[in-house]
Amino acid sequence: MMRLSRLRVSFALVCASFLSSAPFAAGDEIPLADRKSGSQFMSRQTQDIENDDTSNPAMLWVLDGEALWNKPTGADNKACSSCHQDAATTMRGVAARYPAFDEKSSKVVNLEQRINLCRTDRQKASPLAYESRDLLALTAYLARQSKGMPIEAKDDSRIKPFRAEGEKLYSERLGQLNLSCAQCHTDNWGQKLGGSLLPQAHPTAYPLYRLEWQTVGSLQRRLRNCMIGVRAEPYAYGDQELVNLELYLMWRARGMPMEAPGVRP
Amino acid sequence: MARALVNVPAKAKRGEIIEIKALISHPMESGFRVGTNGKIIQRDIVQTFTCTYNGEEVFKARYSPAIAANPFISFSTRATDSGEIVLTWRGDNGFEAVETKQITVE
Amino acid sequence: MSGPTRRIFILRTGQLSLGLALGAAGPQSAWATPDMMKQLVDEITGGKPMTKGRVTLDLPPLVDNGNTVPMTVSVDSPMTDDNYVKVIHVVNEKNPQPDVITCTMGPRCGRASFATRIKLADSQKITAIAEMSDGSFWFDNADVIVTLAACLEDIL
Repeated sequence: MMRLSRLRVSFALVCASFLSSAPFAAGDEIPLADRKSGSQFMSRQTQDIENDDTSNPAMLWVLDGEALWNKPTGADNKACSSCHQDAATTMRGVAARYPAFDEKSSKVVNLEQRINLCRTDRQKASPLAYESRDLLALTAYLARQSKGMPIEAKDDSRIKPFRAEGEKLYSERLGQLNLSCAQCHTDNWGQKLGGSLLPQAHPTAYPLYRLEWQTVGSLQRRLRNCMIGVRAEPYAYGDQELVNLELYLMWRARGMPMEAPGVRP
Repeated sequence: MARALVNVPAKAKRGEIIEIKALISHPMESGFRVGTNGKIIQRDIVQTFTCTYNGEEVFKARYSPAIAANPFISFSTRATDSGEIVLTWRGDNGFEAVETKQITVE
Repeated sequence: MSGPTRRIFILRTGQLSLGLALGAAGPQSAWATPDMMKQLVDEITGGKPMTKGRVTLDLPPLVDNGNTVPMTVSVDSPMTDDNYVKVIHVVNEKNPQPDVITCTMGPRCGRASFATRIKLADSQKITAIAEMSDGSFWFDNADVIVTLAACLEDIL
């Protein structure tokens, strides 16, 4: 399509100007008080969709997640609720502190991986595929239980090396377009990239209904989308690099309120 | 699996104008997109949405492929009597979904 | 399908299949044009004149994403048994098809207003036409800018 190739040319020109500017110094982060949620970079109409439970499409997934939470599964026919009872009480605050350290494997895992670990180890059930409707429904349901709560920054020495890896990845130039996350989301937030406003890249609303996808997707899907955008080979779902990046992004957004499940352009 | 989000007030005063909001899970595949194999992805849309109030049709919408996925609609109706508000979606490939809500009018 | 709607359907699919058969210029040649929209408007009004006013078409001037554009149409009408909005038609000029949505109302609505979310393929003018119980037609326009997302997911 003519429009698309014109866009690609203008995008390349924008990137050329990035390449010529001073290199980004890791640690030059957005001042805490200047941080804004991605919802502030979208129109009032789209914000209205997110803020109204009766019109937010992501709520369909939350309702599905609630049904799955109570559905017996696995070899012992146990539901999540068999151990965790009412998610509104027991799961409150959980999504706000993930990714978190997993004792058994001695590494940091995200919420999707935690759900699958519970399924395989405790419920003796098969793990859910990444980006499957069921896994998205469960994560949306769980994330919803932390709505309004501040994102937690754990002061845990065990997670520090993973967070450092995530920070490195955030600042590293990637792909044929040779752009780092920081160049768009820390250096140039609020400016335009091909007609879209650049947000600060805080994961406060995940999993979310993305208008571009016309469905709910995870943070990892969005990160892979960005990597494809800069013409880099994206990491596979579940790769430790993506989890480390998620961990760093959550730390970067520490204290900001959880909005999940959100709506984004 | 949750197919619809429907919001109808449970109670209303006689003569009051109430707002009804409804969202149905549906891909609304326009029939104009080309898949990775170079072939057109077949159309799959909701074609009509109707609302009846105690059996009488009070609102109807005819959708085109230009309606976004997981179609949302909101409209108004006067609260006349207590009873049933029935929302029906019909579309391609024999798609049909019905949601019924009770309303008490004082 | 009622008379005018069926004619529009056949007209449109006929033009679409002709466009696809020609194929040379690519799929965009089969998409709707402002002329097709004008033709649809004439079908809707039966050639009768329409007046700008009484209708308010609310669309964001720069959409966040063309896949889902929130739209509200409201019409200034008492919605009484003898003075109400019969039908609201929304049409466009650059999507593959010129029709967007057709809402049938009546006095029981209380308020002539509805909201939905639409897909827009390109920057264009959208028109909302209200057919009143007295047979008159009123309309409103909105110009909308639609851009592609900066980073697409498909590896092109």
